[in-house]
Parts: sequence; C-alpha cells; structure tokens
Amino acid sequence: MDVFIQQTTNALSLGGIYALLALGLAVVFSIVRLINFAHGEVMTVTGYGMWFVLLLNLPVVVSIAVGLVSAIAIAVMMERVAFRQMRGADVTTLLITSFAVSQIIQVLFQNGISARPVAVVLPDWLTASVMLGPVRVGMASVLSILVVGVALIALRAILTRTVTGIAMRAASEDFAVVQLMGISANRVIATAFAVSGALAGIAAVLWVATRGSVDPLMGAIPVLKAFIATVVGGLGSLGGAVVGGFVLGAVEVYLQAFLPEAALPYRDAISLSIIVAILVLKPDGLLPERTSRRS
Amino acid sequence: MLEVASLTVRYGAIEAVRGLDLEVAGGEIHAILGANGAGKSSTLAGISGLVPSQGRITFNGEDITDRAPEAIARLGIGLIPEGRRIFSGLTVAENLLLGGAEHASPAERKKRADEMRERFPILRERSGQRAGLLSGGEQQMLAIARALMARPKLLLMDEPSLGLAPQMVDAVFDLIAELRAEGITILLVEQNVPMSLDIADHALVLAQGRASYRGTAAEVAASDAVHGAYLGH
Repeated sequence: MDVFIQQTTNALSLGGIYALLALGLAVVFSIVRLINFAHGEVMTVTGYGMWFVLLLNLPVVVSIAVGLVSAIAIAVMMERVAFRQMRGADVTTLLITSFAVSQIIQVLFQNGISARPVAVVLPDWLTASVMLGPVRVGMASVLSILVVGVALIALRAILTRTVTGIAMRAASEDFAVVQLMGISANRVIATAFAVSGALAGIAAVLWVATRGSVDPLMGAIPVLKAFIATVVGGLGSLGGAVVGGFVLGAVEVYLQAFLPEAALPYRDAISLSIIVAILVLKPDGLLPERTSRRS
Repeated sequence: MLEVASLTVRYGAIEAVRGLDLEVAGGEIHAILGANGAGKSSTLAGISGLVPSQGRITFNGEDITDRAPEAIARLGIGLIPEGRRIFSGLTVAENLLLGGAEHASPAERKKRADEMRERFPILRERSGQRAGLLSGGEQQMLAIARALMARPKLLLMDEPSLGLAPQMVDAVFDLIAELRAEGITILLVEQNVPMSLDIADHALVLAQGRASYRGTAAEVAASDAVHGAYLGH
C-alpha cells in the first residue's frame, strides 16, 4: 500500500508536469492551430536562466523568478519574430516553422554553452524526503503537485475572470468574431503565448528540480510527451490537455513501478500501446473540444 | 455614412463581388437582396475587413480600406454574422461582456449589459447559462445584444432571420426597425425580400456579385426583376 501511495504521488507529480506542458500547447493550438514543438525550448531557456543565476550565487528564488520571466519572454518573442509572420498559414507550414525555431534554439545552446548537461544545484531541502502520513515521499514531488494545483487554479481564474482570458476562450471557438468585437488579435495571441510560456516555465522549474541539470535537448522529450497528452485529452481542449497529462504520467509511473522486471525494457512500448488503445476507443480524445471551430 | 467604391472580393479564383458601388446614408436601413451566392455576405465580409478586398471603403469620410477587422469595429461598425456565431462555450454574460470589451469602461460595460438584459429579458434569465444551450431565436437576440454592447453607428446584419420560427422572424424585423428609430444605421442582408423591403429605405439587388438593380425600397419592390424573382407575384 505504501508503495502504491508513493507511486501515486510520483504519478501526480509527473502527470502534473505533463499537464502544464500540454496545457501550454493546447492554449496556443486552440487559438492559432499551431502545434508548437518549440515549446520544449521554452523549458530549456528556463533551465539555462536558472543555471545562469545560480552561477552568480544568487538565491534560488531569484533563479526561479528569472527562469519564469525568461520562459514568458522567449515564448512571446517566438510569436512576435516567427509565428506572427506565418499567421493564417496552413498547419504544415506552422509545424515546420516550430521545428525550425526549436532547432535554432537548440543549436544556439549547443554552440554557445555546451552540448553536455550542466548542473543546476538546488538547495538540499528541495531534494529531501518528507513523511506524508506513514509514507516517505520526495519533497520535489509534493511541491510539484502543489505548484501544479495552484497554476491550474490561477489559469482557470485568468480564463474565466479577465476580459483577455475570456477573449482567449472565445478565440478558440471563433477567432474572426472576436476581432469583430474590436478585440486585438495580436493581444489575444501574444497573451496566449505568454500564458503558454509561463506554464512551460513552471514545468521546467519542476523538471530541473527533480533532475538537477539542464542541457540543450532538455525540452525535446517532455514536449513530445505533452503532445501525446494533448492528443489523448483531445487536441485543442484545455481540460483534455490536463486530463491527458495526468493519464500519461500515471501510465508511465505505474508501469515503471509495477511491471515485472523482464517486461521493463518494453515499458514505453506498453505505455504507447495503452495510449493507442485509448485513441481507438475515443478517437477525438478523452475530453474533445466542445464546440466546432469557425475560421 | 458608408461609401463603397469598386469593391471586389475574391476567394482564390472565384470573384464573389465584382466592382460593387454602394452608398449608405446615416440613419437608414439599406437592404442588400439577392439569391444564394449572389455575393451579399461577401460584401459585408469585405466591408468589415473579415476578408481581403479591393476597391475603396470610407466610413464617415475615413478610409477604412485594408484595415484589420478589430480596427474597423472600433470605429463603430458592428457585424452580426450569418448563423449568429455566438460563442457557444461561453455564458450569455460573457458573450455580452466581449461585445463591449473594447468600447466601454468596466462600469459602462456593466450598465450596457444591464440595458441589454432589460431589452431582452430572456438574456437576463439565461445570463449564467452557456450560450450554446439557447434556442435559435434566443441566440439571435444574444448576437444582436452582443453587437449593441459596442453602441455601433453602423450595424451590418447578415441574414438575421435565417432559420428562425415565423414569430421570431417578426420579432427580429420589429427590432431592426426599432434600432433604426434609435438612430443606428443598418445595412441588412436578407433572403426574406418582402419583409426587408417593408422596413428598408433603400435596397440593392445583387446578382453574380454585381448590382443588378438599386433604388428606394418602393422602387425595388415595384421593379419587374425583383417582383418576379423574389416577391413571387
């Protein structure tokens, strides 16, 4: 039972990180129909931002703040420099643009800093264990669950209580009509990228906290997982992205914990087979986009 | 108020509107009539900036050709699109809020939303409900109320009676006449020719993207082409 509780904590922690990343992808996709594979590089930029501040011997709080600001800044910059010029282009063009942005940032870090991982040394208390009732769990996992919870509540508040947030939800249904209300398309899209960047930044801080290093390809696998999560949840559905993230996290963690040792090398294959099975049963995802979209 | 000169709207190789001239005077209802595919909706889409167009469009003397839809909306041109296109996943209150978002302060928005709920009592009853759950007629009222939240000077209405029950059609046309009486200029695209000509001051008949007949509503109603083709006498 203790093992199950420990693994459930891990599943929620990992699923939460996937959920934040998937939500970031979904927020942008729901409005501009872009699957931003450079979203992983937002994580990488966050990691290097944290690393740089810690090199200067500044407090970890400053490092996290700089990481988050860097994440928002790079996401908004991606929109302004690359994706705005491509607005209205077809999905394939947008996809290729996002791969290009991703590659450029990776190469800049490989050549500008190092292709190898660099250590991001965080305080001991962050990597310690705590007792959760009778069960010992990692502090990073507990913090991760709390932070993800707060981030999701904050995002919900933004989307339901601010005019720009409501406009973002409306834009995901019918962007043209949002413009007919006199609402700036640039502002709505830039805000969506900023929100997406903030979510990726939070995910990156949690990711780095559990791994203790950053490298130029750090975001590649998480963004792939996040993409899978958005598809499982229902592409374009914000609630679906969250559900998809937690489902994927749970599948991965429980398989890792409970598969017989001989089957462990097949963990990813089994995990993806489960995802495919879900999509066979629910082709539009677990929580598909609720309304039909107008262009 | 609105002057359109040589308006051309293309979708790829297809010319939906071909060199259309149109003048709408302040305070009038100007109807655009025609069969399906005549270019009526494309004309409104071109004027509101939703689709790229060629030609020259001026509003109150200001050139608005090639401006973004949001910039045109902020000048006081509202469009109620065909099919209503309310935000079905948002509540009725949120739909209204977005209608006035760029046109009024938060306090003024609240005041206007209260006025809309007064004018359309059904919206008061359904304020917290998702707009997608409203009936077709209620959604049309919401679409009109949402546009009115911006206090537009010129309202472009695209097929406001489409798909509505006869009683609701009457209510929509009564409302259009009321809006005109309140000083709002209306450019009305409709397939319901008799009712449109009843309330319009001027009318333009489109055929294959070109103006085939224009004049006062009475002249258009009496013209042979319109009489035979649309009024069914």
